[in-house]
Amino acid sequence: MTANPSRARHQTRLPRPDIFVALAGLCLVAPCRAQGVLDPRGPIAAAERLILLNATTIMLVVVLPVIVLTLAFAWWYRASNRRAAYRPDWSYSGYIELVTWAIPTMVVILLAAVAWIGSHELDPALSLQSDARAIRIEVVSLDWKWLFIYPQQQVAAVNDLEIPAGVPIEFVLTSASVMNSFFVPQLGSQIYTMPGMATRLNLLAERPGDYPGLSANFSGDGFSDMRFLVHAVSAAEFKTWLEHTRAAGAVLNADTYAQLAKPSINTGVQTYGGVDPQLFDRIVQPMAQATAARGAEQ
Amino acid sequence: MLGKLSWAAIPFDQPIAMGACLFIIVGVLSVLGLVTVKGWWPYLWREWLTSVDHKRIGVMYVLLGIVMLLRGFIDAIMMRTQLAIAAGGAQGYLPPEHYDQIFSAHGTIMIFFMAMPFMVGLMNFVVPLQLGVRDVAFPVLNAVSFWLTAAGALLANVSLVVGEFARTGWLAYPPLSELAFSPGVGVDYYLWALQISGIGSLLAGINMVTTILKLRAPGMTYMRMPVFCWTALCSSMLIVAAFPVLTATFGMLLLDRYAGMHFFTNDGGGNFMMYVNLIWIWGHPEVYILVLPAFGIFSEVIATFSGKALFGYRSMVMATLAICVLSFMVWLHHFFTMGAGANVNAVFGIMSMVIAIPTGVKLFNWLFTLFRGRIRFEVPVLWAIGFMVTFAIGGMTGVLQAVPPADFVLHNSLFLVAHFHNVIIGAVLFGAMAGYYYWFPKAFGFTLDKRLGAVSFWCWLIGFYLAFMPLYALGLLGMTRRMQHYADLRWQPYLIVAEVGAVIILGGIVATIAQLVVSIRTREARRDLTGDPWNGRTLEWSTSSPPPPYNFAVLPSVDSLDAFWAMKQRGPTAAPEHYEPIEVPKNSANGFVTAFFAVITGFAMIWHIWWMAILGLACALVTLLVFGWVERGEDEISGEQLAAVERARLRPMESA
Repeated sequence: MTANPSRARHQTRLPRPDIFVALAGLCLVAPCRAQGVLDPRGPIAAAERLILLNATTIMLVVVLPVIVLTLAFAWWYRASNRRAAYRPDWSYSGYIELVTWAIPTMVVILLAAVAWIGSHELDPALSLQSDARAIRIEVVSLDWKWLFIYPQQQVAAVNDLEIPAGVPIEFVLTSASVMNSFFVPQLGSQIYTMPGMATRLNLLAERPGDYPGLSANFSGDGFSDMRFLVHAVSAAEFKTWLEHTRAAGAVLNADTYAQLAKPSINTGVQTYGGVDPQLFDRIVQPMAQATAARGAEQ
Repeated sequence: MLGKLSWAAIPFDQPIAMGACLFIIVGVLSVLGLVTVKGWWPYLWREWLTSVDHKRIGVMYVLLGIVMLLRGFIDAIMMRTQLAIAAGGAQGYLPPEHYDQIFSAHGTIMIFFMAMPFMVGLMNFVVPLQLGVRDVAFPVLNAVSFWLTAAGALLANVSLVVGEFARTGWLAYPPLSELAFSPGVGVDYYLWALQISGIGSLLAGINMVTTILKLRAPGMTYMRMPVFCWTALCSSMLIVAAFPVLTATFGMLLLDRYAGMHFFTNDGGGNFMMYVNLIWIWGHPEVYILVLPAFGIFSEVIATFSGKALFGYRSMVMATLAICVLSFMVWLHHFFTMGAGANVNAVFGIMSMVIAIPTGVKLFNWLFTLFRGRIRFEVPVLWAIGFMVTFAIGGMTGVLQAVPPADFVLHNSLFLVAHFHNVIIGAVLFGAMAGYYYWFPKAFGFTLDKRLGAVSFWCWLIGFYLAFMPLYALGLLGMTRRMQHYADLRWQPYLIVAEVGAVIILGGIVATIAQLVVSIRTREARRDLTGDPWNGRTLEWSTSSPPPPYNFAVLPSVDSLDAFWAMKQRGPTAAPEHYEPIEVPKNSANGFVTAFFAVITGFAMIWHIWWMAILGLACALVTLLVFGWVERGEDEISGEQLAAVERARLRPMESA
């Protein structure tokens, strides 16, 4: 009943490629004008974008022909096309089988090399090569704000990450509540912040500018407002900021930290003119206290 | 007496939640009322609720999947609407505590209660027919599996009316899901619903593996099994291997929450990274549990409607087995950003890419099955072509994220969300829809409306691209997932396009429902009297539509791949003079009653009503024992009855 020729008109309905081309075009072109992963402002982000584009190109070499062939075969071998060959019993060809296994294998070998080299070169824990001396920043994800401690400079800030441009930053990260992820798309790699552990991340902003940073791992009701801005500034401006911050604001010690650690949403920017140098280590070590504090809160 | 349960559990103060409650209650009551008024209860109880026929159970699984698709889609369109308006300073219409429940419920329901039942249902219905046998290995267990799955789905939906659902995301990562951070009942609803349905899934997997390994028609060797049976076998083996991990992981989280233990807590020596590892040791195979049967469906559909044998059958089988094994070796790619180190990340990244090899082979083999075919553009072929194009894109973005440094900037972004919807909708859902249309006439004896089927396909396809391509772009723009509102106004246009896409998908869903209604009303005109409406190749088409309870009056004898095609090539054989009597299992209320008590137990545990939990568990165990011990025998269908039925069946086919 299905071979009924009166239905032939419906049989030529096929996915029209122009829709997909238009959509793909929209998606590729649109991000170029805006910030994000494709608009890197540091060496890590730039290298990651390159890998992203390289890997995509390697795969498109196979994926595009497959899509085109799918549509072409489906159209040409439609039942109503009597000019097309029909080989109902043809189901094996050693040569074609060889090719069908070989093509994806070769693509994967290429990509595996990209992945192996990239994983090692862009290991988040790897220090960056630079003439400037690196600055260490300790990051604590709290409910629901980001705390940035500058141990060498003895200052701290909430939801505001001031860094000198062109200087490698060594982040050491932890969480004082649930897991989160520290992510500045334009500077590159994100990394989880995890209670009771410290992860490491090395980033660098090439030029001064403001780069949005956000939480990438869902952490509860205040998650959406858990944003911060990275201010990459010149060395002189950074120095001025440090002086201003040291001059104003409270000291971040056990008491003020306990205040800060209480869950709060959309807290805005805050700075501390002095920091207990052991604070970060104490946050990483005994998570028990923080959990108990939050439990009592609820 | 009632534990934590009180009137405060009903969300009287939330108009949206209350509306949903009312909608559900009115819907359920009107269905129950209709059944009562029409006096359908005896029929329903006899023919469906206590049925142990794999075909009936398969149909009920698929029905559950479709109903849950509606629930999950309502969640989806609510999220899309929220994000289309909550830009800049706007907060949208869903506060975080509600929005967080919706995205958690959407993921949970779509994976566990939509995709799983849909695929398990199709396997249940089709596999014994394709193998040329009369039922699965353990028919009563099959019913227990289904009803436990339905029990889990029921519990997950009860959370809408009584209490709340998890606000943790669909995998409930601790420490967020621990008591310290999620003290409400939401996570408990999540855990108990999935524990109960997980046991159902495990039992279904065991049943299916046993059936395929031990029950096949005479002559059906492994290499003569239809590809769908192979994919069902691999999928079920993955269920058997992976679901115990899920049960154990959730068990530990439950002990943390109920018994004050410290498996995954921040304090007391717990380590939540273990949970993240364990959940993905289940979670990655789960992806293939869902997609392998879909690959099987497309293999059947493409071969059938191309009028050709599947190209590279052996390659297909090898590729399926390779995916089955490899799927257990890649779980770490879900958290490259945990800081595991370059060697670990690189190895897991490369293993993930290796899966693309057998998957790519499958795509090529479908391509060469189309090649020199004579393709009839029935609705399942539309889904199949749409799948091949969509899946090629989704596979590519997946492999892209298997490159660890690329994943560092894509992880947890909307790019990731777009990717997994690209493969789950593009492969699993498209596969389910193709299978639904393809096997519907086998299940009910009439075909579905073709025009509305095509409308549904085009709505889904166009809607999918509009809804998810912008999400790829948003991910590249740096938007992360699970945000309830966002500051960057430049993201809004993309999210509005995505909303339009979701509305078009709604059109597809409406078309599917309309298709069912129209087809039922015009069923007399669309009867399939031959049992073989698509000129099929495998044994399910050799029996009547719908098949009799015993499937085959005489078990078919198989001597090649595409057994039914070979039979048709040889021409008609004379009906046998004499039929052997057949024993079919009696109905059993075991599944329904056990699941009823499982719901009671789960609900009681969620609300800490300990006496009720003990009572429910005891009743469930007693039910299982009683039904297990009582010897109930089987119904026998005599040779004369069989001969009469078969003569009636073959008459219209001969005259056709």
